[in-house]
Amino acid sequence: MDAALGRPVAATSPFPLLSVLVALTWCGCERDVPRRPQPPPGASTGVETVLVPEKLTSIESGEVDALGKPLRVPCVSCHSLKEPARMPSGPEALQEFHRGLQFRHGELACTSCHQADAPQSLHLATGEPLPMVEVVTLCSQCHGPQARDFRAGAHGGMTGHWDLSRGGRTRNNCVSCHDPHAPKYAGALPVMPPRPPHPPPSTEGRPHE
Amino acid sequence: MNDFTRRTALKGAGATLGAAAFAHAMAPLTEWTKDLSLDEFLQRHYKELTPEEMQVILRRLEEETKREYGRDVTIQDLPPQEGVSFGYALNLSVCIGCRKCAEACHQENNHDRRSGNSYIRVLEMEQGSLDLERGNADYDHAVPAPGKYYLPVQCHQCDNAPCVKVCPVQATWKEQDGVVVVDYNWCIGCRYCEAACPYHARRFNWTKPEVPAEEINPDQGYLSNRIRPQGVVEKCTFCLHRTRAGRLPACLEACPTGARVFGNLLDPKSPIRWVLENKRVFVLKEELGTRPRFFYFFDK
Repeated sequence: MDAALGRPVAATSPFPLLSVLVALTWCGCERDVPRRPQPPPGASTGVETVLVPEKLTSIESGEVDALGKPLRVPCVSCHSLKEPARMPSGPEALQEFHRGLQFRHGELACTSCHQADAPQSLHLATGEPLPMVEVVTLCSQCHGPQARDFRAGAHGGMTGHWDLSRGGRTRNNCVSCHDPHAPKYAGALPVMPPRPPHPPPSTEGRPHE
Repeated sequence: MNDFTRRTALKGAGATLGAAAFAHAMAPLTEWTKDLSLDEFLQRHYKELTPEEMQVILRRLEEETKREYGRDVTIQDLPPQEGVSFGYALNLSVCIGCRKCAEACHQENNHDRRSGNSYIRVLEMEQGSLDLERGNADYDHAVPAPGKYYLPVQCHQCDNAPCVKVCPVQATWKEQDGVVVVDYNWCIGCRYCEAACPYHARRFNWTKPEVPAEEINPDQGYLSNRIRPQGVVEKCTFCLHRTRAGRLPACLEACPTGARVFGNLLDPKSPIRWVLENKRVFVLKEELGTRPRFFYFFDK
């Protein structure tokens, strides 16, 4: 479309040589003019991916491996083999692995989100099953404003490139920051404790006048 | 002794005084060789340098960094991108005041380790108040504290920047992508800009920055995070050595709550545009007419 429109204009221009000269002078070496050409509009080399935290596919065993790294057990190692027990009414009834789970997420029951007969999977409010890794869809059912902001890139943080034509970026998952069982964001101790703004200079270096 | 007239005495006294004044005026030269090479002394203003001259300067600065700090670094001079104008927004509803952004800035921008310098100052504010004078930057307790909110302040890259206007030597200016930069080799250290900034966003290098070799960030920019000389003013550049290469600023990546939104104001599909169009954003000290590119908003 652009080329079809552009060619006749160039051909009918009364001063083709002059316009080339003007163009050459115009994109000369003035300092404020960007020198680096940009990727063509619409070029996209990067993609946006949403993190899938380990906790969506495995659970801490409480043990450490030979290198001292916490050992995680995939959900399927138990949940695909064992006969599913009845879904407990609350986390305190759990005897293995999920012990000590704190639950502070409104009036929800385990089965509000987990499938009663396949606790490693989720279900939507409609009852439609949902794989654990698609938890963002589950949270979005109730937390509309946050989901809207997240889709717009204004909630949850990211790393990588702001410019997707130059590289990808990674978005945090809901559960990267929020524990789904106690989603209020925990506080922290601040880093970079206050210091005197101008500490005395060290002994080496230039002597004081 | 008959020759010693009043005229001779006056001549002698005048010559002595003149010589003393000249010696005093030239005194800074005795300290010259220490941290100022002839090339550096004769270096022209950033905007007058040809690309070839800039390459020579960049290599010289890399060598100096290697010699003085013992680290191989790459110093680039990335130009502004066509069709890009940077903007930043910060969600005060989710900022918890952990200062991770200030720490990331400290590391990314090769700040002096002893002073713990950073371009970001997080103010602990009373809920319901926007009185910056009562903001406390020296809090040291678990955050967020009840009844408080947290207001990180860094350079707002104003479109009508007071700091640029007051510079007597034009060592600081606004680039085409909106970033206000400093040519550290042209700055004379008068600190007028520091006094002019209503956001206290500029910092002065009181001492030669001390950074251990292993902690130096080797990805450096001439106008941004190269190690600054003593006696010059420095400021946040939206990490232009990163952002002009398409990457996100270090403070944004470090934020654990996702309070920060950065992007191209000219791209209607960018997150920053979405925030400006859908959130009730405000700027600090709007009444001063500085026209900041740094916006704040609350979720509710």
